[in-house]
Amino acid sequence: MTDEHIKQAIIGIIADIAPDEDTGSIDPAVRLRDQMDLDSMDFLDIVMELRKRYGVQVPDTDYQHLASLDSCVAYLRDKMAGKQLVS
Amino acid sequence: MAQYDAIIIGAGMSGLAAGIRLAMYDKKVVVLERHYVWGGLNSFYQFKGHQFDVGLHALTNYAARGARGLPLSRLLKQLRIRWDDLDLHQQGFSAVSFPGVKLKFSNEFELLRSEVARAFPQQADGFDALTRAVREFNELDLEAPQQDARPVVRRFINDPLLEDMIFCPLMYYGSAREHDMDWDQFVVMFKSIFFEGFSRPQQGVRHILKLLIDRFRKAGGELRLKTGVRRILTDGNRATGVELDNGETLTAETVLSSAGLVETERMRGQEPGAQATGKLSFTETISVLDQPAKHVGIEETIVFFSNTARFNYAQPADDVDTSSGVICMPGNFDLPSTPRDHLVRITNIANYDRWAALGSAGFQPASGAGLRPAPQAADETSAAHAGATPALPYYTAKQHWYERSCADAISHIADFRPHVTLVDMFTPRTIRHYTGHEGGAVYGSPKKLRTGATGIEGLYIIGTDQGFLGIIGAALSGISMANRWVLQRDTSAVEAT
Repeated sequence: MTDEHIKQAIIGIIADIAPDEDTGSIDPAVRLRDQMDLDSMDFLDIVMELRKRYGVQVPDTDYQHLASLDSCVAYLRDKMAGKQLVS
Repeated sequence: MAQYDAIIIGAGMSGLAAGIRLAMYDKKVVVLERHYVWGGLNSFYQFKGHQFDVGLHALTNYAARGARGLPLSRLLKQLRIRWDDLDLHQQGFSAVSFPGVKLKFSNEFELLRSEVARAFPQQADGFDALTRAVREFNELDLEAPQQDARPVVRRFINDPLLEDMIFCPLMYYGSAREHDMDWDQFVVMFKSIFFEGFSRPQQGVRHILKLLIDRFRKAGGELRLKTGVRRILTDGNRATGVELDNGETLTAETVLSSAGLVETERMRGQEPGAQATGKLSFTETISVLDQPAKHVGIEETIVFFSNTARFNYAQPADDVDTSSGVICMPGNFDLPSTPRDHLVRITNIANYDRWAALGSAGFQPASGAGLRPAPQAADETSAAHAGATPALPYYTAKQHWYERSCADAISHIADFRPHVTLVDMFTPRTIRHYTGHEGGAVYGSPKKLRTGATGIEGLYIIGTDQGFLGIIGAALSGISMANRWVLQRDTSAVEAT
């Protein structure tokens, strides 16, 4: 999966979790929490969706790596290698 | 013998919300409901061609579209529901009405603030300070020590009339305790009613329940109606499943019970402590008017009232205490179209034991005619009575208390009685029958288990007795307990493997 696909995968998950948020203008360098209404319960959902859709496991201690789109890409690059984007 | 990841007892708001969360993440989950319809404390029924809601006057915790960090927005995300799908319409304004003083409030907190400053100028600064204390308190901290609300409120407010006027709506919409509330419950209710406010869907509670049921089924959850639980099965200190009323056994890793604390203990074969059963039950009368309430001169959406300066939130000695209550005009929300039925609903505190003791004889009137509208001359208010009324046949008691309830309420709203065309009423017995709550205790036990943990591994309390109240609160209770005791365990197990 390319970096762009990883971004799309995360955006797709956020769009499902927060159907009222505008996911079209997320700044990849800025913390997601600062751009939209996401709390710790929502980050748990991102982690669970990653497992459900891509079979990727994210331990509690690694949640910090999901702070921004850019940090998600860096953290997930190896874990998502070879996976197909789920729309 | 069917095997599940999770069994949920009760298809009310908390059970359905928990069920959605678990089904969404591919858990094999079944929701068991003893009744033939879902909704629990918040349900609906048809009566002579009219559609009535039970429970829901208003959805508390209003949040505008796009509002952040509020309970309603959290609920929408967790259940993946769009704001527009809830079809919420805000109240006009409501009021707290006590002898000689009325405080209006709306979904704009400033209205209440200015009303307090107008009616209680000496208390205005104290009220602002109380407001700050409420705002700064984190009610989501489930481990915070319990403290009583009244002593905290008295640090800021030293006029007992204002104190009781603040407590009145908060208690009526959620207190399982008599006379006082836990401070964290006070904060939850204060925020949900005064900061956030009231709204409702055009179609009332059935619209919300339909959204939840559809979401649950779409996620793959199983709902079994007319399926009561006789026993919760345990092996040592661990819950292993349930035995149904029909003798069938279901096994599961986790059992989430929304049946109530006392009721859940009984299902485990335990005798609950006497003080654990809630004392607060209610009657509610529903009057159908021949025209909208506003045409009769009633502008408010909801009126919380007391006919005495000291508001007495406690189990009455008599069948009903009509000297205080809640009057709801569902047609006075800003609805896009005028509802078909023009309703006035009045809720009063009632004594379950007295209603339970009334003979079933007279359950229906011999004529089958149903309750009658109150004659306008029937001005028998609570003030005219001393001592308890003699025991009447059930149906006669309903007619008697319907008339008393209306007579006391019209000290606070225009006299709607000449316009009533149809009447219905439910009593603590009805509540007991449809919710299974012992003592008809609407808000459950005064003892709350904030973490949901029962001491039995794999068995957790959700809903009213976990301590989050109201429709939004109950749903968030189901969500947070499902997250905490099932889903989060899955993710934290990752490290170990």
